Amino acid sequence: MTIRVSAVVNGRRRDVDEVWEGESLLYVLRERMGLPGAKNACEQGECGSCTVYLDGLPVCACLVAAGQVQDREVVTVEGLTDGESLHPVQQAFLDAGAVQCGFCTPGLVVAVHDLLGRCPRPDDLEVREALAGNLCRCTGYEAVLEAVRLAASRLGTDAAGAPDAGATRNAPGGSP
Amino acid sequence: MTPTGAAGATSTPTRADQQTAAGLGTSPQRPDGTLKVTGDFAFSSDLWAADMLWGTTLRSPHPHARVRGVETAAALAVPGVAAVLTAADVPGRNAAGLEHVDQPVLAAGRVRYAGEPVAVVAATHPETARRAAALVVVDYEVLPAVTDARAAMADDAPAVHEGGNVLRHLKVRRGDPDPHAPVVVRVDIEVGMQDQAFLGPESGLAVPDGEGGVDLYVATQWLHVDQAQVCRALGLPPEQVRLRLAGVGGAFGGREDLSMHVHACLLALRTGRPVKMVYGREESFYGHVHRHPASMRYELGAQEDGTIVYGRAETVFDGGAYASSTSAVVGNGGLMGLGPYRVPSVAVDCYGVYTNNPPCGAMRGFGCVQTAYAHEAAMDALAERVGLDPVEVRRRNGMREGDRTITGQVVDSAAPVAELVERVRDMPLPPVPSSHSFDQSPARDVRSLPGGVSNTTHGEGVVRGVGYAVTYKNVGFSEGFDDYSTARVRLRVVAGEPVASVRTAAAEVGQGLVTVLQQIAREELGVAAVVVEPADTSVGSAGSTSASRQTYVTGGAVQAACAAVRSRLLQRLETRVGPGGPWHLAGGAVVDAGGHEVASVVDVLGDDEVDETLQWRHRPTHPVDPDTGQGDAHVQFAFSAHRAVVDVDVELGLVKVVALDTAQDVGRALHPQQVLGQVHGGSAQGMGLALMEEVVVTDGLIRNPSFTDYLIPTVLDVPPMRVELLEYPDPHAPYGLRGVGEPPTISSGPAVLAAVRQASGLALRRVPVRPEHLTGT
Repeated sequence: MTIRVSAVVNGRRRDVDEVWEGESLLYVLRERMGLPGAKNACEQGECGSCTVYLDGLPVCACLVAAGQVQDREVVTVEGLTDGESLHPVQQAFLDAGAVQCGFCTPGLVVAVHDLLGRCPRPDDLEVREALAGNLCRCTGYEAVLEAVRLAASRLGTDAAGAPDAGATRNAPGGSP
Repeated sequence: MTPTGAAGATSTPTRADQQTAAGLGTSPQRPDGTLKVTGDFAFSSDLWAADMLWGTTLRSPHPHARVRGVETAAALAVPGVAAVLTAADVPGRNAAGLEHVDQPVLAAGRVRYAGEPVAVVAATHPETARRAAALVVVDYEVLPAVTDARAAMADDAPAVHEGGNVLRHLKVRRGDPDPHAPVVVRVDIEVGMQDQAFLGPESGLAVPDGEGGVDLYVATQWLHVDQAQVCRALGLPPEQVRLRLAGVGGAFGGREDLSMHVHACLLALRTGRPVKMVYGREESFYGHVHRHPASMRYELGAQEDGTIVYGRAETVFDGGAYASSTSAVVGNGGLMGLGPYRVPSVAVDCYGVYTNNPPCGAMRGFGCVQTAYAHEAAMDALAERVGLDPVEVRRRNGMREGDRTITGQVVDSAAPVAELVERVRDMPLPPVPSSHSFDQSPARDVRSLPGGVSNTTHGEGVVRGVGYAVTYKNVGFSEGFDDYSTARVRLRVVAGEPVASVRTAAAEVGQGLVTVLQQIAREELGVAAVVVEPADTSVGSAGSTSASRQTYVTGGAVQAACAAVRSRLLQRLETRVGPGGPWHLAGGAVVDAGGHEVASVVDVLGDDEVDETLQWRHRPTHPVDPDTGQGDAHVQFAFSAHRAVVDVDVELGLVKVVALDTAQDVGRALHPQQVLGQVHGGSAQGMGLALMEEVVVTDGLIRNPSFTDYLIPTVLDVPPMRVELLEYPDPHAPYGLRGVGEPPTISSGPAVLAAVRQASGLALRRVPVRPEHLTGT
């Protein structure tokens, strides 16, 4: 049996037919919508590499059944920017050297994007707690932490008086 | 470039006089970085082709069994299934392997480990393929399995392969064969099986070319050694089996062996359609080799002042069911088995053994990680016995330049063992929290305590410990291996600018080789624009991205190819303007010794291009004597030291690593930010083995094949890391560099173990340390 799934993905309505009902949101994004940015490292919600926004909340796309996103909004790493310039979180990952193999990077970028939207000036323990669901095997996290500090600093400077505006402008449905 | 908490590069700077923008010693952005942060970088699991099928693998549930028959009809009858293949469908030789060709592509008659591939299926949907695979009926006759490495060495043990279960026995003998010493310490220690746990699962896409050949896009560490094995299994020449590197989501040794390579090609050639295979995490635990578990018995004899007189070691590596790189792991575990110390008399026996456990092979640190736990535990035991502190005993016995290793090889570049341990000792220690009075100091945040947000302690029962380790590792392939790389460099004019193109088959696995190759070309050719082309088998072999060798060897090849291009370019100029010089290249121009422009590269080249391809080798290494293990087996050594600070909840057996600081001699940091990335990441992996990472295997079966049950360090587990890089150039190496990737993985774990030992007062002779080892429950 197959189903049709309709959702707004990265600001655009997408209708996908012939989805087997056992498919995850991750599979549909990667294999049916041409959005492979969310990654498939564990497919059981342990690694965070498939983190996407579902109605403004970060979720592991591997743990969401495709049918659950019917008529809802999804934003993936591909949807964080307008396609021309990098989001400050993405730029900070590059500048801090937080990207090695890069497999965890899209999930981490979304998780940090969410964190700084909720908490513009996190201390290191807050960052560590917020990112504890995102495994990275290459960096030992030092450069990731530096990237978060850098992004927080730049976002705070860029949006004086509204320190979280930059971090949330692309998040769908607002931020909690 | 220096992250908070890191002291950055220090000591003996070896910068070039004229620093090229984004050249060596700077930290330019990696060329694949933008694609990786936007999600547009194509990893091997992201590939897609029109009309493609999904492949899946059926694996043995038994560690040892005879395969009496495989019935595929029910699977083939499932709608959407295009092919079900078994050993009978392998057209070439049904065997693969890195050093010994002993592993069937698909099991033929016998399975030797639980997880061994028996059949492969291609279907229109991955779930269809999985369900069809479950319908394949395999008639197994279960056989007795040998799952203990020491038991496997017995004469009457079941033979995993013909010829006995001992795959390699390496003997190292040196000095007095019957030494005596006033102080003797003995340490027995066991190390469990670690998984590389790269995040990007084994995956790739095989595309048939319609003429009997195939293109395979795959994540690997060495395209050419894969190509040779795929060709052998398919019975096809290299021209018909073209490998192209797909995006690699980490490797750490786990991609040296074949995984889905031949299977996808078999299915693609049979069906005439592209076939994608992507392992799930559980299958990944069966789909690649692991770090060898090791059982070690060590003895050190010393003078009363702690000076080592002799060392004895017996190490048994469990190789599992197939050889993979066990022989070379045994080489490292034996030849460097006593650590970076002066040991006058030596008797080391190192074994690699076949069992019916999952196959073991390469993982970062490669034989040195396991033995480091033993020699560092023995050094701490010696220090305690003679009343020295752990730093002093290492200082006193540490190798220096000019010393000989236990194989008699002269260490002919820097060996700053004493300086490394002094440096980590002298780094600031994290403050010791008040342990007894909450009303005199603010309560500690539970996130910084053992148990973390589980809120298991507010400081009661928590004891701090500090531990040290210093280790060394060979860089590059050893024991006479013909270790070379190939580089093609072209220089031409594009849109009025000189552009260099670098082509190699070297695998970028995340470490940043592509950035370093750009830097080398910029430095050598003095041009800003350098394109590193995709890696594939259209150019000669680059050797493996392993053994911390790729910047050394492929970097050396690119340096040499650039020199050849530069020479041709200057010849062209000489032809035009007559002899001159000395000239070199900088800022897109040929300049004289005074830095004045003689001609622009654009003018010298015109519409032509200069194109050079060459092979480059490091100085040769040599096999060791089979009876004594003596010989110049290695090209370079890399040294590192760690100091770990831990808090141990001695009541619950929980450990929090508070600090993990390190000093490492890198020869020269070509890209300091990326070097730090290697040190940080390697340190975290080493720490993981000490405290939490183990593939639990009982009766030949993996009990925890998931990231729920196999734990790798999270950002809450890994502490801040202070790093000091020493830059003592190796005169034999390109730019003086030393391989950097593996050393931190070797010294970090033993330092953590030593710190836990100090905090708990327990001997702790098994790694990873589990709560029950600390509580005795």
